[in-house]
Amino acid sequence: MVITVASGKGGTGKTTVSTSLTVAISRQKTVSHVDLDVEEPDSNIFLKVPIKREEMIWLPLPVIDYEKCTFCGVCQRVCEYNAIFVFKNTKEVKVFDQLCRGCGACKEMCPYDAIYEVQRYIGIFSYGEKGNIRFYEGRLNVGEYVTTDAIRWVKRRLKKINDSEITVIDAPPGTSCPVIHSMKDADFVLLVTEDTPFGLFDMKLAYGVAKKMNKKMGIIINKALPGFTETREFAKKENVPVLMEIPFDRKFAKAYAEGITLSEYSDEFRERFEEVFSYIEKEVENA
Amino acid sequence: MLELAVVSGKGGTGKTTLTASLAVLIEHKVLADADVDAPDLHLLLKPVKESENPFYGMKKARIIQEKCSSCDICRQVCRFDAIEVINGKYVVDEVACDGCKLCFRKCPDKAIVMEDSLSGHWYVSRTPYGTMVHGLLEVGEENSGKLVTIIRKQAMFLAQKEGVPYVLMDGPPGIGCPVNSTLTGLKYAIVITEPTQSGLMDLERLLDLMEHFGVFPFVVINKYDLAESKSEEIREYVVKRGGKVAGMLPFEKIVVEALSRGEPIVQYAPSSRVTVEIKRIWDYIENEIKRGA
Repeated sequence: MVITVASGKGGTGKTTVSTSLTVAISRQKTVSHVDLDVEEPDSNIFLKVPIKREEMIWLPLPVIDYEKCTFCGVCQRVCEYNAIFVFKNTKEVKVFDQLCRGCGACKEMCPYDAIYEVQRYIGIFSYGEKGNIRFYEGRLNVGEYVTTDAIRWVKRRLKKINDSEITVIDAPPGTSCPVIHSMKDADFVLLVTEDTPFGLFDMKLAYGVAKKMNKKMGIIINKALPGFTETREFAKKENVPVLMEIPFDRKFAKAYAEGITLSEYSDEFRERFEEVFSYIEKEVENA
Repeated sequence: MLELAVVSGKGGTGKTTLTASLAVLIEHKVLADADVDAPDLHLLLKPVKESENPFYGMKKARIIQEKCSSCDICRQVCRFDAIEVINGKYVVDEVACDGCKLCFRKCPDKAIVMEDSLSGHWYVSRTPYGTMVHGLLEVGEENSGKLVTIIRKQAMFLAQKEGVPYVLMDGPPGIGCPVNSTLTGLKYAIVITEPTQSGLMDLERLLDLMEHFGVFPFVVINKYDLAESKSEEIREYVVKRGGKVAGMLPFEKIVVEALSRGEPIVQYAPSSRVTVEIKRIWDYIENEIKRGA
């Protein structure tokens, strides 16, 4: 079973919720926690899993074999990302690493077989274990554009090595491509929102994504404030259950600042996260 | 004319709250919301749309079933896992498709076409605080630096036309493609962070990126009193990196109240500690810019 924890807006408590859920589940069962928020992977600040293995995430990068190249310009024409330029006068071919998506078009289409590929490192994939928790993380190098590619890498690796029955995915914020990739395999999407018009507006966007993909959903309202009722009204209208409300309280903000999950902060919270998990389990079984 | 962006590595650190307050404080400017993935500035500034424009991203592949002979070549050459076989039929996963055209070029049956996909919209609007350019991506579209670039260009064009000294941008969170498009070519950016381990880690990554682009950071530490020693650690870190800490904002419930009422804090609570500090921060930054920091 795959549970993806998502939020339209950043900073709503997505990682607090995903790590608290993982910690609560791990009391009874083996659980894999996957941090797909590759631009800002923060889960392990809370989980504190020792990393056992690391490997580079890479994309293929074209290199020119000048022995064979005739500077015909085909590679430049077929590149949709403007990542390769042929300078006929100076007999030079320039590849702009950061623009290249590693699609292979230049190599495949080169009539002279003058392009080969090397590995361009774009990030790090890490794996670790602590008790019942299996931890996987993708971390994109600073200055890289290729978020989706790093996520794809982690997902491919997971397919091979993840054998836990339960997987919790910490998705990137937003509603774009990387989020879709993080939700694609989910049996249940847990939406985390904060109790403000911003939180609500962005949550609606994320809700739209999950709904389009026909996902089962539940909402956790963080920093809940009395007085702002629109989040609950939205949930009611759309018939999505609100599974938990975390009150707006300086105490929790402080626990967060110190890197403690709510499940460790108090037994009461741990039990509430266990209840959320039982609910999700039932929903998925009934599907 | 100067472009100024408010950015944050981590989401939810108070970026839009600060931008909206600056939008009230800076008298003459054009506003731009570069957070096209989850734009929020309009919730506070309540723009009235004057024009709506379509935005087309990368073309995506589509397979014409009648022509497809199921040779499997497209699936083999695609490096984005975007060709799926469903019930014996070859189809393109539009989300995964990156528009590289390799399948289109390699298909021996000429069964693949590349089609425009409407990826979003951008708007020019009026707000009580000046002209605003903003956009919204369709659900599930690629993080679009391209849309950010269009919004920036449009905002600069309007600022020149109106003869105002600033373009104030609300940037996207993260360090990916749209942030790159926001930072490139900027002289200064205001970075907002919070005193947490994730706040600091994300700040480090963002400052690396800004260094790469040659953008000078003015850092604001939000909710500094939640963890004062962490705030101090961040302050020292910023100074060590050659940036400047423009100020620190206290954790006040009234900020969230203003948010849930949908009003910029400097307007909602003009005498709150946060408002006073934001005013001081802007005076400081404007002075530093004038001195050519």
